[in-house]
Amino acid sequence: MGPQHPSTHGVLRVILKLDGEKVLGTECVVGYLHRGVEKIGENRTYQQFAPYVDRMDYCAAVSNGLGYCLAVEKLLNTEAPPRAQAVRVILTELNRIASHLLWLGTHALDVGAITPLFYVMREREEILNIFEKYCGARLTTHAFRIGGLLYGLYEGFERDVKAVCDLMPPKIDEYEELLTGNRIWIGRMKRVGVLTPEDCKAYGVTGPMLRAAGVKWDLRKAQPYSGYEKYEFEIPTGAHGDTYDRYLVRMEEMRQAVRIIRQAVEGIPEGPITAKIPKVIKPPVGEAYVSIEAPKGELGYYIVSDGSLQPYRLRVRPPSFVNLQALDRMARGALVADVVAIIGTIDIVLGEVDR
Amino acid sequence: MTKLLRKIFLVDLIEGLKVTFHYQRPKYIYTEQYPVERPKVAERYRGAPRLNINPDTGETLCIACNLCALACPEKLIVVGSERNEQTRRKELTTFTYDVSRCMFCGLCEDACPVDALELTQDFELASYSRDGQIWDRQMLEEGPRPTRYNY
Repeated sequence: MGPQHPSTHGVLRVILKLDGEKVLGTECVVGYLHRGVEKIGENRTYQQFAPYVDRMDYCAAVSNGLGYCLAVEKLLNTEAPPRAQAVRVILTELNRIASHLLWLGTHALDVGAITPLFYVMREREEILNIFEKYCGARLTTHAFRIGGLLYGLYEGFERDVKAVCDLMPPKIDEYEELLTGNRIWIGRMKRVGVLTPEDCKAYGVTGPMLRAAGVKWDLRKAQPYSGYEKYEFEIPTGAHGDTYDRYLVRMEEMRQAVRIIRQAVEGIPEGPITAKIPKVIKPPVGEAYVSIEAPKGELGYYIVSDGSLQPYRLRVRPPSFVNLQALDRMARGALVADVVAIIGTIDIVLGEVDR
Repeated sequence: MTKLLRKIFLVDLIEGLKVTFHYQRPKYIYTEQYPVERPKVAERYRGAPRLNINPDTGETLCIACNLCALACPEKLIVVGSERNEQTRRKELTTFTYDVSRCMFCGLCEDACPVDALELTQDFELASYSRDGQIWDRQMLEEGPRPTRYNY
């Protein structure tokens, strides 16, 4: 299956071992989109590498930028000022909604429901418009700079964000009305691709997939970063760890994201938007690992500095790549049509899998 | 009984169609008729690069400091300059910008100390050849000229 198959969300090739329609085993062939991002990082200065991280998980570019900036800030032993942190939280949560919306649309399309795709694109547009007005790009945003932000808020930012907050909950209800009780949807989703909490831990699965298995683990609560400890939100969990639960968890996560944005946009503190950092970034010798809760799971950046202008080694822990490893466990014993649903439910972005 | 009546009078179908026709209202049309209707992009949009010229004197604002070329992650900017013997200052001679490799990250405009290099709101950058993507100084100062369609 693949790499040109439309349901593989890019260029994933899966070798299936079949007995009739039954899947006996799978093997993923990755690397069609390999660009050597980690190696590029070793040949660029710290600021110059920032736009490249947007191109890994291009559905959640803002989250990638946040993770990278936090990692370099940890190396430099600085922290972004409170105003920058609040704006970062707003934009990353908006991006979480946008990423989940795109996941919902494509996942529904994979299993045969075409309508949600058009619905979610419509709402995603509103979020991308905010990104465009804020930083000048819609997808590969390059919104944050090391030490804070480059762009101040544009006029009407709060109004736009609040409008999205008001828009989203009824729209999420609308999607749920279409899908949650739908008999075909339930038939395709329930008891498909089950992962137990033990499996998740063994494979290192994180994000909504782990939470759908019933493990209450969210890095925003477990190791708060960028001021997430100030906001109130719930961690939605599932009970069965099947595809249907993952769908419900992601829907609930969007609602929680709206809740976080509402709290954050109410009290954006005044003050500077960048910390005092030197113009030429030359971190001291050392290493730093920072992981954040990206829409797809734990996104980690590990940077080793040798005191020069460029990182000595840069390693990314991509959630999509790690979560994809559980595909074999989930697909074994399923039918071929279920493999499509299972690939969709992992929410992979091939830019991030292959890097 | 009510179930049967619902089936006879196609209530569910009508309800479904109500949703469909609800979205036919002009208010809910999101499609842009692109070449005719051009989108208005945001003020901060990072599109085609432009080398600004001083509107009063017609001279370039660029001081040939080469900072943009150093800031560019893709190293796609080449600044040519020569020293003017009379004023002892560097003057810009050539400026090449390879748009085909550009990812519009905006680092060059951040680096520019005199606001000479700027990413503008022009977003129509297609050309018929790869050579056409390598912009020289004249092209950068004038900006792209996309075909305008009149229907």
